[in-house]
Amino acid sequence: MKPPTEIDALVMENPVAGIDQTKGDFQYKVDYAFDAGTGLTEDTVRYISSVKKEEPWLLEFRLKALETFLKKPMPTHWATKDLESIDFAKIRYYLSSGQKPKRTWDEVPDDIKQTFERLGIPEQERKFLAGVEAQFDSEAAYSNIKEIVAKQGVIFVNSTEGLREHPEIFRKFFGKVIPTGDNKFSALNSAVFSGGSFIYVPPGVKVAQPLQAYFRINAENFGQFERTLIIADEGSEVVYMEGCTAPKFSTSTLHSAVVELVALKGAKIQYITVQNWANNVFNLVTKRGLAHEDAEIKWIDCNIGSRLTMKYPGVILKGERARGEVLSIALANDGQHQDTGAKMIHVADNTTSNIIAKSISVGQGRSTYRGLVHIPSHLKGCKNNTECDALLINTNSRTDTYPAITVRGDKNATQHEASVSKVSEDMIFYMQSRGLSEAQAMSLAVNGFINELARQFPMEYSVELKRLIDLEMEGSVG
Amino acid sequence: MPQLEIKDLRINIGDKPIVNGVTLTVKPGEVHAIMGPNGTGKSTLAKAVAGHPDYAITGGDVLLDGKSILGMEPDERARAGLFLAFQYPSEIPGVSIANFLRAAVQARLAEGEELDASGYYKRLYSKMDLLKIDRKFTSRSVNEGFSGGEKKRCEILQLAMLEPRIALMDETDSGLDIDALRVVAEGVNSIRAAANPPGILLITHYQRLLGHIVPDFVHVMYDGRIVKSGGKALALELEAKGYDWVKKELVSA
Repeated sequence: MKPPTEIDALVMENPVAGIDQTKGDFQYKVDYAFDAGTGLTEDTVRYISSVKKEEPWLLEFRLKALETFLKKPMPTHWATKDLESIDFAKIRYYLSSGQKPKRTWDEVPDDIKQTFERLGIPEQERKFLAGVEAQFDSEAAYSNIKEIVAKQGVIFVNSTEGLREHPEIFRKFFGKVIPTGDNKFSALNSAVFSGGSFIYVPPGVKVAQPLQAYFRINAENFGQFERTLIIADEGSEVVYMEGCTAPKFSTSTLHSAVVELVALKGAKIQYITVQNWANNVFNLVTKRGLAHEDAEIKWIDCNIGSRLTMKYPGVILKGERARGEVLSIALANDGQHQDTGAKMIHVADNTTSNIIAKSISVGQGRSTYRGLVHIPSHLKGCKNNTECDALLINTNSRTDTYPAITVRGDKNATQHEASVSKVSEDMIFYMQSRGLSEAQAMSLAVNGFINELARQFPMEYSVELKRLIDLEMEGSVG
Repeated sequence: MPQLEIKDLRINIGDKPIVNGVTLTVKPGEVHAIMGPNGTGKSTLAKAVAGHPDYAITGGDVLLDGKSILGMEPDERARAGLFLAFQYPSEIPGVSIANFLRAAVQARLAEGEELDASGYYKRLYSKMDLLKIDRKFTSRSVNEGFSGGEKKRCEILQLAMLEPRIALMDETDSGLDIDALRVVAEGVNSIRAAANPPGILLITHYQRLLGHIVPDFVHVMYDGRIVKSGGKALALELEAKGYDWVKKELVSA
């Protein structure tokens, strides 16, 4: 028998685990045994590392990362000044399982409750998502998936367990695709990360079902500084799904994840994210994949909600004939800024990349597309296709496009298309004259705008996305 | 009795009066044609009755089934039984005609009531057969990249599916060649011949449409008013004598 993991132990310590909490008004004692407190110092990092009983090399890694984080300036010379509103001294960097900010169901805002209702989220899950409850019944769903894929030799665990039990694989790839110093927030994550997934797919294995982080993450505490590492060995295939469409209502206002993907020769990784953050959250995420010869990495990324999201999934096309793809949808409503895009770094001949980004700005919402495509002159037979389309709903919304495409040499090809369209008053009137309400008309227009892209998503995700857009549009009609 | 009553209706665009007191009653099954030169307020009348936000009603009333609809949103008017076939229908990229109509039909159901999908498609296909529309048509995005004729056929298909009690048809003949005109007219005529036909208010600049859709009543609009009403013969008279004839009559009166 394997030793109990940190999570098992904490579940036992949690005084409310297993008690029926379906009644609305309840509170439970908060266990402060594993709380790193607010603020970020060397002690915070040492504390996290010791709670996790980590090897010395990892503590070293974290401490170095902290140094890098403190040294690096905020990237406000190109990004929004709003980043300066983050007060690093007020953030809790580590809350272990079983610990949650003190909150009752009654304290959850009504609009969030209504949204749960409308999305048809089961009662138990609502409380978890609202931050009232530490966990709900997804443990079973997770261990189920874990068991099924284990038969194929697939490892699907959280990053702490991955480090502890599979150090030989973990260490080889960890921090290699996204080095600590990549940016200020990847350095922050490297210093204080906890949670996130570790997946290893053996050569030639095609994982039969998508691996859903939704279940895995819910089965423990939700990490604000997740660290995910996925390795698809030669000729293997895996689909990973992260997030869910329910709004994440959280008191922690900074979420900064790092996700690294490695697709070895001929492997395929598809990484799907649907995120709907509460609009006080800074969501600053670094995601990148490394595609070897004949490998394929595809990011499908939907960003809804949050105060500021900065996320540019990328693929380094390292081996010949590697393929990279980013399909993204961002919806910025009032008071939100979606700063998203994609990076494609071509390093080998005959590599191809495809970027399709659709953004929707509503009311005062703001969308920014940032793209980086790099094909150096010594390569040949490389292709890139970039399409970015923006949809504006009402005149106050704003959209910017910064596509940096560097294609050198004459043996490579790129095409770039960008469009900005508006949902006009006439279009809304036309739909209203057929009996659709203003909100229904708007969501139909938005769904039409993303339709072609959403069709490439797994069925359940595109259905959920549509429902979510309906809700967002309903709220935007004054 | 479901009927549309327009009573001394006055409409402004901004500060500019466009329609200066129009009174008209359309009963189910009747076809009224409004003719007149460009810029006399015909289209304004149709759009304002349908509830377009750019048009301000400065006087008079519009009743549907005896109830004023002026305080209603455009979609409420539509669900109450009013339909406007547009002169320039909007494109809705990415939304298929089938899904658009489905949403429109769903919007007419009571809250919580689910649309019977197979029943819906059965009805859609029977209407398409009636209007001789190819099955592939409804999988295309609404009006996107449509020819003038296709746009108008799409409007007629919506009219047939939504079964309004009153249909306002704004310059349905504009931009159509003679073959497309015939197809569209046949569509309207088949709706007219079906059970419980709607009352139709046909707005047109030319008499040629009225050769295919024979109206029960013809009204001539000039300078924001209806200046002459009559039977279908009036349309022919207009065609022969031109709009100048109406203008001269007005001056001498």
